[in-house]
Amino acid sequence: MTSPVTVALVGNPNAGSTSLFNALTGAQSAVANYQRVTTSLTAREVTHRGVTLRIVDVPGFFSTSSQSPEEKVGCDYIHGEEPDIIVNVLDAGHLDRSLFLTTQLIETGLPRITVLNMMDEVRRAGIRIDTALLASALGSPVVETCALKKEGIDALLDAMAAMALAAPADPLRLHYDSHLEAAIDRVQQHLSKLHPQELSPVRSRWLAIKMLEGDDEVLRHESNHVELVEDIKGEQSALAHEHDEDTASLLASARFAFSNGLLREVRQQEGDPTAGFKLTRILDDFFLNRTLGLPLLLGILWVMFEATFSLGAIPTDWIKALVQMASDLVDKTLPEGMFHDLVVNGVMAGVGGTIVFLPNIVILFFFMAVLSGTGYLARASFLMDRVMHHFGLHGTTLIPMVAGFGCNVPAVMATSVITNKRARLIAMLISPFMSCSARLPVFILFAGAFFENIAGTVVFAMYMTSIGTAMLSAVLLNRIIPGSGGDAFVMELPPYRLPTMHSVLHHMWDSAQGFVAKVTGVILVGSIVIWFLQEFPRDIAYSQDFETAITEQAALPDSPEKDAATRTLKSAQAQEKLEKSYLGRSAIAVTPLFQPLGFSWRESASIMTGFVAKEVVVATYAVIYAQEKGSEQLTETLKGAMPPATAIAFMIFTLLYAPCLSTIAIIGKESKSWRWAGFSVVYSLTFAWVLALAVSRIGGAFL
Amino acid sequence: MDQQIKMDTLTLADLRPEQQGEILKIETEDGVFKRRMQSLGVVSGTAVTLDRSAPLGDPRIYSLMGYSLGLRNAEARQIRIRVK
Repeated sequence: MTSPVTVALVGNPNAGSTSLFNALTGAQSAVANYQRVTTSLTAREVTHRGVTLRIVDVPGFFSTSSQSPEEKVGCDYIHGEEPDIIVNVLDAGHLDRSLFLTTQLIETGLPRITVLNMMDEVRRAGIRIDTALLASALGSPVVETCALKKEGIDALLDAMAAMALAAPADPLRLHYDSHLEAAIDRVQQHLSKLHPQELSPVRSRWLAIKMLEGDDEVLRHESNHVELVEDIKGEQSALAHEHDEDTASLLASARFAFSNGLLREVRQQEGDPTAGFKLTRILDDFFLNRTLGLPLLLGILWVMFEATFSLGAIPTDWIKALVQMASDLVDKTLPEGMFHDLVVNGVMAGVGGTIVFLPNIVILFFFMAVLSGTGYLARASFLMDRVMHHFGLHGTTLIPMVAGFGCNVPAVMATSVITNKRARLIAMLISPFMSCSARLPVFILFAGAFFENIAGTVVFAMYMTSIGTAMLSAVLLNRIIPGSGGDAFVMELPPYRLPTMHSVLHHMWDSAQGFVAKVTGVILVGSIVIWFLQEFPRDIAYSQDFETAITEQAALPDSPEKDAATRTLKSAQAQEKLEKSYLGRSAIAVTPLFQPLGFSWRESASIMTGFVAKEVVVATYAVIYAQEKGSEQLTETLKGAMPPATAIAFMIFTLLYAPCLSTIAIIGKESKSWRWAGFSVVYSLTFAWVLALAVSRIGGAFL
Repeated sequence: MDQQIKMDTLTLADLRPEQQGEILKIETEDGVFKRRMQSLGVVSGTAVTLDRSAPLGDPRIYSLMGYSLGLRNAEARQIRIRVK
């Protein structure tokens, strides 16, 4: 066979299609324990028993007729592309609901394989499923799998290969009651008359059912056939008259009647039916407790950020020592000169000053993997929905918001969990306020330098500020952006699951790799550029003759006063040199803007360079201070460099000001409007400035 | 007559923790919402119980067809039920 056989993995959201896809193809797509993690089609080719299979992971959906935008990608794929084989992935623990989609897939007439995924949970709950009987009733092979444990994967590949080679079987047909069947029949005949020879009986029956169901898309497609549309309206009202229910409800009820009847025959319960999810109940009594729920959520977040700071400190010290060693080594081996200074004060200070935050970032991603993998994140959005509703936000907005703690780019992409277009735009515009891991180094550095004893709590407070600002700005955006319309909160709460070690480690590894790539890429280049900007021009007209003054000092007899005087002179010279460099001059040019916030030109310089990527803020600091004070540890050097209130104001400004270039790009892409991307920049700069001003003024009075 | 029906009509939002409800129909003009609910098993005859409420009483989690569904009260009020 030359062309690959296309196999689509289709299932309800959170049925485990992506885990199955990863197990089948060896891919590493992101998985979590909530709905709609996968939002676009992913395909990979696998060869099994000589058959090339193109396996497509289709974003989950509940029905082919609901037409909510987040389900559309999947529906459109099934109807438009017509894959060669559909693999219908069912969460075996939730068959009552999942078989509804199966009944619709049956009607497409495409060859199907039914997968009972998460069989381990079902077996543990003492449920037995007669797969042979199920297979004959559904007219498809049935394969039992547990994707996370990679069980049943070979059997599934075998089934795919066998089906690819076999002749197509006669499609199964679901029977509705006589009134419905008669109506379907009449519409089908009408369709065949309009499109002679074009439609197979399966296809025309499918179309007829869709139209009677009131599928807007199919109806729009046929809207030029006025008579047909009228006909359908007639059938619908006749059915409504006879059954006191609309046609869509009749069809839905019939589908559930089929699946309920089927399950009564194939499924046997041994022991207590709720036993399987007992743990989930117990945990929910605790985590969703009406009094404890919200404080617990807050507590969990606090632990997460505290641990990110304090657990990270230990390996960070090792990396710091390593960086110091490397720096000293380079310092000694390289001959004095410009290249030496570039490497020691530029590259080693910038890259070394940033890489030390690697442990913090990996720890943060560990917590995020656990939160999303266990199913707690879905609970958190349930707990927060009411509160967020007050801010004009939807509970599920919490999911992109939490994703934003990692990086704002996936956060903007994750807003696709929100159905309503306007609500999605708002979620997109507040995403950059979420404190991504690139801001974390700034917080850790400043909290460590200025608030040593409560550093973890200060970091936590920054995250709370981040959430608070996002929410408040949502209120504002709700006023600014025209239109209205909320989104219904419809969310399935999955049972708690233990995330696999593999997926958690993979998350951490991924974040580590991403961070190292950034440090060795944009940070490295940034540090070199910043070093040159602060080193040149070299012919500076100093306000006083430092060289002569230093030489004069050297001639004096040794004394503590002489050393101190020399140090002061040298540091004054270094400072003046920096201030008159390209970096210093341009920073000083914009400093008046930041003067009210109490920022010096160093902060202005860091803010400017941080536009590229926020990690560069720390790198800039590191380069500037390496020059000014000699390459000491940055945290030590920074102590006392500004009043604590200014330090907080700077952290807040860094937190909120303009999204980095990648985020601006993704907002432009996802909102399909560069105007909104530009708006986001101006909007967040304004927010950052005002809030930082307020903090430095109010904080200045107390600290 | 019409008034009478309205008065003893219960919605999902009226369901209390110890009660067993049975879904009658979804009353809404919003076709997308209706089909979405139907695809989640909210069809006439489905048994439903109230699992728990969020801290402020809204949204709430209902148990139906062996799974847990979170719904706001505003949406739950569009679903008519009968208490068994």
